[in-house]
Amino acid sequence: MNDPLIDYTLHLADNTLILAQRNSEWCAHGPVLEQDIAITNISLDILGQARNFYQYAAILLGDDATEDTLAFLRDNREFKNCLLVEQENGDWGKTILRQFIFSNYQYLLYEKLQHSKDEQLAAVAAKALKEVTYHLQWSSEWVIRLGDGTDESHQRMMNAIEELWPYVDELFINADYENELLADNIAVDVPSLKNKWIEKITSIFDEATLQIPQNVFAKTGGKQGVHTEKLGYILAEMQFMQRAYPNSVW
Amino acid sequence: MVDELKIEQQKIWRILETVADPEVPVLSIIDLGIVRNVEIGASGKLKITITPTYTGCPAMDVINMSIRMVLLENGFKNFEIKNVLSPAWTTEWMSEAGKQKLKAYGIAPPNPKQIVCTTDAFQEEEAIQCPHCNSYNTQLISRFGSTACKALYKCNDCMEPFDYFKCH
Repeated sequence: MNDPLIDYTLHLADNTLILAQRNSEWCAHGPVLEQDIAITNISLDILGQARNFYQYAAILLGDDATEDTLAFLRDNREFKNCLLVEQENGDWGKTILRQFIFSNYQYLLYEKLQHSKDEQLAAVAAKALKEVTYHLQWSSEWVIRLGDGTDESHQRMMNAIEELWPYVDELFINADYENELLADNIAVDVPSLKNKWIEKITSIFDEATLQIPQNVFAKTGGKQGVHTEKLGYILAEMQFMQRAYPNSVW
Repeated sequence: MVDELKIEQQKIWRILETVADPEVPVLSIIDLGIVRNVEIGASGKLKITITPTYTGCPAMDVINMSIRMVLLENGFKNFEIKNVLSPAWTTEWMSEAGKQKLKAYGIAPPNPKQIVCTTDAFQEEEAIQCPHCNSYNTQLISRFGSTACKALYKCNDCMEPFDYFKCH
């Protein structure tokens, strides 16, 4: 039952579904109209990636699995997303920082994944890479704008860094299913992305007058299905309709 | 035999040309470059290959349904619509006629020279021509517009806001 390719595809799918769900909470609550549209457009792009990954996972799983059963009928411990994406939105600064941390990671990940030996994963990554470029550019600009903005916005970015940095290291630790797929050149070796990731963070933080914190205790477990309590609340809201009214359609 | 197949294929391309994009109805799915291939198998089975513009494009389900409808209306029953992601769609596939139609509709078409977004923050903006007064004195309001494929601009001369179908 434990097929590393299925686990890996679900990990990629869950990362994107949960972040898309989080970002979409901003819909109609953005600080200004244009940015409300921006964050929801980003959410839509990421949700599209999630659908592509789930559709592929459903084919691999066979039987009655569909993208919908995978999104709506799996429970907390079956989700393999990293802890970062399930963290609460907080203020605009925290949402921006989470997006910047993740888009920077995702950009480097997809740059490699588009050359994966698995053709479908490679195709999803190559297509999404163009869109992730926009997300990375947009979130970088906002980190600079807020970090190098007023005393208030600078302070809020510092708070966001303190709250989110414990979840950074998990992005760069291979799970068992990733390790098992390395030899066949299917999965990306995530520890190898870290140096370039730090380089980008450093250059943007320099402009934003922010610093990377040192010696932060890393929280991990999400990629293995052990989550913070926040995921349960997301699933409760997202899955409610299908749980209460099975097979209901829009 | 070969010629008959060709004629049949051309007929199908012309039928598909009547399918409009649901978000930008002046454009057909051919103008947009969404239809990648029309194939007629040995058994006469028709295979249409389409590709989404953006990963999360919510119009794909509608487009799929519209193709199905128009083929059935024209008497085709034995067909399959295949959705592919690779190679990834680019605005370079948009037809010249499509670009003209976009402009007439009030949406600035993608610049002829393909300049795509990079990861660099605050990169220099492209000069985009206002579709209303043709001025190049325009400014970017937001990289994300009413749909994923468009950015929001404003003309500094005629003061009108407009959508720009961004290079991708």
